[in-house]
Amino acid sequence: MRWACILLTQLALDGELRGRADHTQPLVLAAGPAQRRVIKAVNPAARQLGLKPGLSLIAAQALASGFVMADYDEQQIEHWQRFLAAWAYRFSSHVSLDYPRALLLEVESSLGLFGPWPRFEQRLRSELTELGFGHRIVLAPNAAAARALANVHDGLVVDEHGLRREIERLPISRCGLAADSAAALARMGLRQVRQLLALPRDTLARRFPAAVLLHLDRLLGVQPQALDCYVPADEFEARIEFNFEVDSHQALLFPLRRLLSDLRVFLAGRDCGVQRFTLSLQHRKLDDTRLPIGLLAPERDAQLLFEVTRSRLEQLQLPGPVLALRLQASDLPAFVPQPKQLFVERPQQSQPWEQLRERLRARLGDQAVYGLVAVADHRPECSWRADRQGGGEPVPGGGPRPGWLLPESQPLNDLLPELLAGPERIESGWWDAGDLRRDYYLVRTRDGRLAWVWQAVDGSGPFMLQGWFA
Amino acid sequence: MSAVVSIDALLRQQRVWKGRGESVPVAIHPTGHLALDQLLPGGGWPESALSEILLAAPGAGELQLLWPTLARLTRAGERVVLVAPPCIPYAPAWLAAGVDLRWLLVIDTEEREALWAAEQCLRSGSCAAVLCWPQRIDDRGLRRLQLAAATGQTLGFACRPLREAVNSSPAALRLALDCHPRQVRLLKCRGALQPGQAVAL
Repeated sequence: MRWACILLTQLALDGELRGRADHTQPLVLAAGPAQRRVIKAVNPAARQLGLKPGLSLIAAQALASGFVMADYDEQQIEHWQRFLAAWAYRFSSHVSLDYPRALLLEVESSLGLFGPWPRFEQRLRSELTELGFGHRIVLAPNAAAARALANVHDGLVVDEHGLRREIERLPISRCGLAADSAAALARMGLRQVRQLLALPRDTLARRFPAAVLLHLDRLLGVQPQALDCYVPADEFEARIEFNFEVDSHQALLFPLRRLLSDLRVFLAGRDCGVQRFTLSLQHRKLDDTRLPIGLLAPERDAQLLFEVTRSRLEQLQLPGPVLALRLQASDLPAFVPQPKQLFVERPQQSQPWEQLRERLRARLGDQAVYGLVAVADHRPECSWRADRQGGGEPVPGGGPRPGWLLPESQPLNDLLPELLAGPERIESGWWDAGDLRRDYYLVRTRDGRLAWVWQAVDGSGPFMLQGWFA
Repeated sequence: MSAVVSIDALLRQQRVWKGRGESVPVAIHPTGHLALDQLLPGGGWPESALSEILLAAPGAGELQLLWPTLARLTRAGERVVLVAPPCIPYAPAWLAAGVDLRWLLVIDTEEREALWAAEQCLRSGSCAAVLCWPQRIDDRGLRRLQLAAATGQTLGFACRPLREAVNSSPAALRLALDCHPRQVRLLKCRGALQPGQAVAL
């Protein structure tokens, strides 16, 4: 087995920055009680102002002004780690979250599909950069070694033969031992793991907790380690909270695009599409505004989802300023991509029909786009129906039928129509309360058009116009 | 060198009027009516352009004119969209005319949105033909449709009242349908000899 460790170097900060359009603004993340808030992470712009982690917020405010502060939220960090695990699930069936702020991937079995490793690694890096997460990647024969080596290396690849040499070079303070053990070893004058490995095992076992020896054995691959398998969630839920009140649609578009691209990453990892999802706009005092969005077929394309959601969002009247945006998707059916022709005959900029259809439905209403289905019934009103997909077979027999049918029959506004054919009696439907007994005629009206008209069977009443032979 | 263009492609664009050539080029979109095909310069509908059909009244023969084209397109698996038709397309009759209903779609909407929908369908390039029935449309609206048809390389058909014949139009082809007798008159045709000729439908 070969394990890749993706160490997420600044997970909290990257997660926070993703929700913001402006990356040049100084940003600090602070945690702790309200009286003693301590800065936990800063972005490069804030570092330029002289701010650094560990500084108390009061000191920071004395040092500089004009920076933005956000909460250092452990829950958010966990959320982003799970999100990235969903992303990584595309590349490996065994993704582990056992180490905080790191992803462990078993990659040997994936190399056949994504390999060789340099290309695979390049792909992981470019996708992570696109998602906006800083990272270090190390490949090692076991998970503990990969995690420990990621502390000091980036892009290192170690096999079984080189493992011991690399582990021996690790500084003890960064090899993943518990802080008190590492401090005790440092006080003993030990700096490198090599010195630690040179000590007799029985004295180490006597003087230190069992975890130290266990960890050393795991690093060297002597002791196997069982890691939990990440299981992707059955539904997607993400939320972006604003630090200010948003009351225009335009300002919601950037976070919306972010949410939907996260959704796409999640869907790609699970190899499914989304058919129904709900966007909730959260207000301060009012109830959430919910915007349910339904598609005709499962989709995964972020651009399509964004177009559809955007056009529905623009029709929405906001009852008040929005504080947070939340996206929930629980209906995740399998995604079957539409086959495309290799030699495209249509122009380059053409838009797929599915995208066009969703766009039309979003603006004109869910029922606006339909196909026609021919139904085997002689009554004109019952011989067709609207459906998602048109179809049907021609019904044998019967006289000529007009191409246009009026929604409702109306009296024929013509004094002396010329009878061309008829009568053709249609008498049907006594079983379903749609009883109909009529004599149909083909007539030519005064202005030369051909009309399909009917009269009651007993010959009473006016000619009623049913359709046009256009 | 992308500037090299074959002379056939240039001639097909019909920007230059030519005298009656002895050979009619093979049409990409024949109308299905032999007499009409012979009258039209490309031997069929102008491709990637808007064709206007002017009617004395709804139901004056537009389907007879268009059904052969729609049947040919849908049978080839190409999508045809009707944007806000004036009446319900009567499915059995359309089937009998040879139209494959699996590839026919209806967009039901009001007049204002219909133009937007028609333009979207024309521009998208995912439909082979788009039919619309604009009642109140000005020159600019028609030009938008014409441009959208050219962008999406789609056949566009606009059915309008006959009284609009006096107004100018940017459409590549304008046909008038008469009921008495049933005939098609050529009002305007890009790249053709003096219009005004008529053929019986």
